[in-house]
Amino acid sequence: MQPDVEHAAPSTGEEALSELVRFENVGLRYGIGAEILRDVNFSIHSHSFQFLTGPSGAGKTTLLRLILQTLRPTRGRVRLFGQNVAGLSKGELAHLRRRMGIVFQDFRLLDHLTTYENVALPLVVQGREEASYRAEVIELLRWVGLGDRMHVPPVILSGGEKQRAAIARALIAQPALLLADEPTGNVDPSLARRLLRLFIELNRTGTAVVIATHDLPLMDLVDARRLVLAEGHLHIYD
Amino acid sequence: MRAASCSRKGICISMIEAAPSSAEAAEPVADRAGRLLRGLAERLGGRDAGGGPILPARSIAGRALVLVIAIMTFLAGLTAGAVHLVADASADWSGALAREITLQIRPVPGRDIEADVRLAADLAGRTRGVEAVRVFARSEGEKLLEPWLGAGLDLSELPVPRLVVLKLAAGAAPDFTRLKADLAERVPNAGLDDHRLWLGRLKTMADTAVLIGLAILALVLTATGLAVAFATRGAMAGTAQIIDVLHLVGAEDSYIAGQFQRHFLRLGLRGAAVGGVLAILFYLMFSLSAQHFATTPGAEQVEALFGRFSLPAAGYLSVAAIGLVVSAVTAIVSRMTVYRTLSGQE
Ligand SMILES: Nc1ncnc2c1ncn2[C@@H]1O[C@H](COP(=O)(O)OP(=O)(O)OP(=O)(O)O)[C@@H](O)[C@H]1O
Ligand SMILES: [Mg+2]
Repeated sequence: MQPDVEHAAPSTGEEALSELVRFENVGLRYGIGAEILRDVNFSIHSHSFQFLTGPSGAGKTTLLRLILQTLRPTRGRVRLFGQNVAGLSKGELAHLRRRMGIVFQDFRLLDHLTTYENVALPLVVQGREEASYRAEVIELLRWVGLGDRMHVPPVILSGGEKQRAAIARALIAQPALLLADEPTGNVDPSLARRLLRLFIELNRTGTAVVIATHDLPLMDLVDARRLVLAEGHLHIYD
Repeated sequence: MRAASCSRKGICISMIEAAPSSAEAAEPVADRAGRLLRGLAERLGGRDAGGGPILPARSIAGRALVLVIAIMTFLAGLTAGAVHLVADASADWSGALAREITLQIRPVPGRDIEADVRLAADLAGRTRGVEAVRVFARSEGEKLLEPWLGAGLDLSELPVPRLVVLKLAAGAAPDFTRLKADLAERVPNAGLDDHRLWLGRLKTMADTAVLIGLAILALVLTATGLAVAFATRGAMAGTAQIIDVLHLVGAEDSYIAGQFQRHFLRLGLRGAAVGGVLAILFYLMFSLSAQHFATTPGAEQVEALFGRFSLPAAGYLSVAAIGLVVSAVTAIVSRMTVYRTLSGQE
């Protein structure tokens, strides 16, 4: 395995355009608790690849939820695809979310649907006809190695298979930004490396990737930007 | 893993040929009613993109709601039928009876009954608004008594009153005080049987009954709406995780509302069909038994008052329409409930 990854730094000219995510002095607390995130500043550019790391409970999932706008910051400003999200309607947010793919720590697959239907979900909610995406979904399922598990419900999938189904669901709408929360948390090291390679491959095709993980050996396989959360602050190692 | 098939951005631009599912092609075409309902379902906005329902049918306790809707539709159907019966009967009374008035001239010893009849008919004929005057001959009057007294009786010795029927001009509201005064003076043994008085009361009663019926319909529909709103909220609580995931993969509220609407429209149609069919069966049996009783004595009077006890075609149509309205209310209320609940969340 060749761990090193080259990714083109965005050229200065299109920098503003290609800034997918920008946090300015973002702070967040749940309810009246302590601030989980304090004065967080960073951007994520298109085509970029980065890890988001930090100890358990540091706020990685929280940060991803802020990007996904299922959480509103208590302080500061979040910009997505060049737009300040504070003034956006729910409908506009839904459309922004369609440009992001998310792999949850706990997968969040729907048990009453088949694997195929789960993966197709982002397209279904856009009102697409099945005929228009069927082949795409099947191809993607094969790509993640679930070609023969398409028509079973997620409950009978193994942890690693669920992981891959969740990844496929995040990728099916060809997002500009992929957010993956502990995508290797439930799999053995060899599958973890295969999944990592899948993400790298995906990044080569142009998708910006954020992988939240505390798997240090895995991160060491790739020379990539690291966003490190510690005690509410974000440190960036380019 | 294959990277070759995947270009920049397009993870899967190159697609493999997928055979169209045979299940789709061989889908048994349901009957016309099914297609009709599906058309209605589409028109009611339950956008359906391809695959099966996104909401798990089983996790939403639909059976209780179907039962409630069936009961509500049944009650509403009965009410609508009753409204039709009453309205029809009332229209009959006003149509036929209201345009006729009867003068009764009782034979009194010492008076010439034939002269009295002529005089009364003459007076009546001169009243404004009276279109025609018909004097029932003695034999005709006796014929009217036949059902009660039997044929072949010599009635000449009986003091059978004579009848004069006044036909009123359409739309006229003649003033009978003058006629009454004249009759009292010149033919004191004549009685003016103005059924318009009690007819008016009956009609007021009938109109009130119709109004009450409509109010009951409105109440039943409101109760159905409330039941649907509660059921929708319950269903949303039970599927909160699914709603979450739908939002996260980019679903708009309208899509989620559409899913619920679709689901509840189906429940509504099922309940309304059961309730509506039961109401129709009820009225069919009702009119069958009424036909049975029509052969019994006394049926004619009852029929005169209440019509034929059989629901007119419009009544059955109303029951069907109520079924559709109940289904539509179910769908629309569930959609609105989802919208309101979702926009209250953040
Ligand atoms: N909904 C919530 N309400 C209140 N507190 C929360 C909520 N979600 C997370 N927290 C708290 O916020 C902190 C950060 O949680 P978060 O899930 O973001 O951590 P994490 O870095 O993803 O951890 P892990 O590596 O274990 O997944 C934790 O202390 C957690 O208890
Ligand atoms: Mg986490």
